[in-house]
Amino acid sequence: MAVVAAPRADQEFISSTVVREQASLWRDGLRRLRRNRLALVSAVYLILLAIVALVALVWTPYPTSAIGVAPIYSGPSGSHLLGADELGRDLLSRLMAGAQISLAVGLLSAAIVLGIGVVVGLTAGYFRGWVDGVISTVINIFYGIPALLVALLMVTVLGRSFTNVVIAISATVWMDVARLVRGQTLSLREREYVEAARASGARNLKILFGHILPNALGPIIVAVTFVIPSAILFEAFLSYLGVGIPPPTPTWGAIASEGVQALRLSPHILLFPSLALSLTLLAFNFLGDGLRDAFDPRQKR
Amino acid sequence: MTRPLLEVRDLNTHFFTDDGEVKAVRGVSFNVQPGETVGIVGESGCGKSVTAMSLLGLVQRPGRVVHGEIIFKGQDLLKLNKKELRNIRGRDIAMIFQDPLSSLNPVLRIGFQINEAMRAHNKIPRRDISRRGIDLLKQVRVPDAEHRIKDFPHQFSGGMRQRAMIAMGLSNKPDLLIADEPTTALDVTVQAQILELLRDLNEQTGAAIILITHNLGIVAGLCRRVLVMYAGEIVEQGPVEQIFDSPQHPYTWSLLRSVPRIDSDRQERLLSIEGLPPDLIDLPVGCKFNPRCPFRVERCFTEPPVIEEVAADQQAACWVTMKRAYEDMNAATIEDTSPGAASGVHPRGLRPEADPTAALAESPQ
Amino acid sequence: MTDTAVSLLAVTEPILRVVNVVKHFSAGVGASVKAVDGVSFDIMPGETVGLVGESGCGKSTLGRVITQLLPATSGEVILDGVDITKLRGEKLRQQRKQLQIIFQDPYASLDPRMTVGDIIAEPLVNFKMIGRGKSKDARVQELLRTVGLNPYFNNRYPHEFSGGQRQRIGIARALALNPKIIICDEPVSALDVSIQAQIINLLEDLQREFHLTYLFIAHDLSVVRHISNRVMVMYLGRICEVAPSDDLYRSQDHPYTRALLSSIPVPDPRIESHRRLVELSGEIPSPRKPPSGCLFHTRCPIAQVPGVCADVVPPLELKPDGHLASCHFSDQVRTKIAVSI
Repeated sequence: MAVVAAPRADQEFISSTVVREQASLWRDGLRRLRRNRLALVSAVYLILLAIVALVALVWTPYPTSAIGVAPIYSGPSGSHLLGADELGRDLLSRLMAGAQISLAVGLLSAAIVLGIGVVVGLTAGYFRGWVDGVISTVINIFYGIPALLVALLMVTVLGRSFTNVVIAISATVWMDVARLVRGQTLSLREREYVEAARASGARNLKILFGHILPNALGPIIVAVTFVIPSAILFEAFLSYLGVGIPPPTPTWGAIASEGVQALRLSPHILLFPSLALSLTLLAFNFLGDGLRDAFDPRQKR
Repeated sequence: MTRPLLEVRDLNTHFFTDDGEVKAVRGVSFNVQPGETVGIVGESGCGKSVTAMSLLGLVQRPGRVVHGEIIFKGQDLLKLNKKELRNIRGRDIAMIFQDPLSSLNPVLRIGFQINEAMRAHNKIPRRDISRRGIDLLKQVRVPDAEHRIKDFPHQFSGGMRQRAMIAMGLSNKPDLLIADEPTTALDVTVQAQILELLRDLNEQTGAAIILITHNLGIVAGLCRRVLVMYAGEIVEQGPVEQIFDSPQHPYTWSLLRSVPRIDSDRQERLLSIEGLPPDLIDLPVGCKFNPRCPFRVERCFTEPPVIEEVAADQQAACWVTMKRAYEDMNAATIEDTSPGAASGVHPRGLRPEADPTAALAESPQ
Repeated sequence: MTDTAVSLLAVTEPILRVVNVVKHFSAGVGASVKAVDGVSFDIMPGETVGLVGESGCGKSTLGRVITQLLPATSGEVILDGVDITKLRGEKLRQQRKQLQIIFQDPYASLDPRMTVGDIIAEPLVNFKMIGRGKSKDARVQELLRTVGLNPYFNNRYPHEFSGGQRQRIGIARALALNPKIIICDEPVSALDVSIQAQIINLLEDLQREFHLTYLFIAHDLSVVRHISNRVMVMYLGRICEVAPSDDLYRSQDHPYTRALLSSIPVPDPRIESHRRLVELSGEIPSPRKPPSGCLFHTRCPIAQVPGVCADVVPPLELKPDGHLASCHFSDQVRTKIAVSI
């Protein structure tokens, strides 16, 4: 009975890697997301909406500002699928253009909020001390002032325009992302791999953007996904109040505002923009929920 | 020979996960006599904790016992319904776990929790329960028991919490105490005290103890018999002196040589078992230890060995066994290709002329 | 490195000098936790010095202060002649090339979002010692081979590896800068028994091959004694004994060391059946309210209370058998404290 030689130490050259864990954190998250029907449907809806908005850049059934192409207050018909408003403008065309505005406001606000929130949150959470004290106080001050008041003030002072509305909206929602990033940073900075990075000579910037931010990305993406519908709703609200983007730009809120006055006569003018708004908000919220569930590491499959 | 307190026959517990069927415990059979102290030793993933949980019906989805018998005082525990099992659990069989902090309710006083453990199984008047609770705390050597019984868990240190858990376990005078890594989370001086307590309690109350641990020293100190588990199976079992003196399974033999000992010569290089434990979903054919075994032969790759008597009262599951390996070693040398070999330092025991009976008698200078 | 070699090198300068390091944490108004309360020692090139103690002894905190991941409250840490406690910013960063760490938790010490190759190369990238591309890959593969891993796994992620393999990756990272001294902070505590031996052997082999110096911090005295030339035992923030590893089992000059040794189980039933545990009264005192005089007097089996043990802090001094110990009654430790029949 021959005894085989002891295995070589360098046969630690593992022939197959070992742990039966997730193939990759992202791939596993996407897999879970795909299983969530609501999130999938929402994603599809939003993609279609984006396509509509892009198409509207170059073509709408009727020019959005063209007055009188249809009888005023007329309801849905063959040539005007969604009817016309109080000035005889084609509602479908205006809603398509409105989609542009809403998505643009939403995405742009989200981008600004992401930028500010990440920088502010990382700084506060990583350096702590008086820096964190100052930043947290500022955040709390912003929370203290009613969002509507801030927005009204800014628009009044700066004037009504697309840019100013985006700025005003961003100023009221950036704190959520900043606080989230701060919280993530506070916990991640204690991780051993951050200590290891510091011990191996990494500078602060490298640690923040190379180690902390990539590991905080999951919850940040989810938070930003929820910022978009907030921004869209807020813009619609401002337009509804008459302090949003000035006419003749067709935003869903402005159209709805006009529609209220003609409610008895032509309910469709209020109905369609409200429907569009609701569906879009729902879609973003379902998608955000889905993303949060998909990337939650504690979820059992 | 008295009837065993516990007879486990061919226990198989599997977990049905998304990735596949994890065969965590396969064909485990052993007995525990009344009042005996038995150690189950092995590394993480070997199935020792799952075996303990299976004994008490504590295996949760997606796992379940798929085959076997667990005969406790004549009754097959696997055939009992939930209510009957609950009666046995806590009264006849008690279990203590590694982390007492998570087993104790932080918002209830220690005394209340001990009393609850008793009230669940007995109808004792309240006055007597409190008295008994204090007596139990004294029995587990908690100082100032009359006052400390009113404390909350966070006011107890780690060692004291474990003593409180032991008190709860003993409160209904069980016949069997299962301790799953009870000292792993404790400092070494506290660990020694808890082990000494368990030893004394075993003598005083006659309760049998199944001690689950990865620490061979603890087993040597507390247990009379030991089961060595690897990849879900028992690879060797027998009286502690015999197993430590002349282990017959290469895994046991290697494990004993890979552990640094406080009393040994510092220059001796540790034997390292190369490779990793197998994937419990995709197990190798034949002996599960064959990828890492320094003594394997052709048969080890194709046929899984059966557990057999290799000495009086000692059983091992190996085609080769260390007895024959030593014979072969004296006939031919084993090539030691670990990096340290070049410098002339040999792993302990792998010298061809080693005397098998003196395998472990490394006398401190 | 053999002990003779180390003693021959006694003429050279120590690689690391720790001088009276103190680390206090504030715990509310006026109160402080004295995690490290005046620790001094030297480490010579090529040595392995072990630092051992139970929870609350301050060994991990001391490790963090030595590497300046935590600032010291007072004291000096002199690395190759330079007091790094006085350095800030870029100057401190540059010193990190000499002093690297292997961490305890193989699952937490590697960034899950980075590839293994990037993790290992990061120290080199941080100091701009390597470009991207071929030279970086080559160096990473060389390091992977050195620690016994397949060099073609540099594009994999940490979660694809087992605990022992991840610890090897951590070791490869620590070696990347060819540091003068490596602080090993509980490097095998989180690993299975059979894997511990692999990593211990690896660390020993690497020390031989690269002439490394280690400060080995752990709570398992058996492991520490095995790998170290000298062992330092800590209790409540102070060192109570320093002894050569070979000698520690035979002879102790501090009651705590003796109690510690009597508590450690030996995998030999015959020896275990003869051993007697040293009874320590009470529990480890809270670092918030350390005892007066000798920190150990509240639990010591031979303490003179009332008397010198409760009033006077025993200095860490040289004893007849060559150990350093802080005990007023070292001569009685062996005679009055029985550990076996």
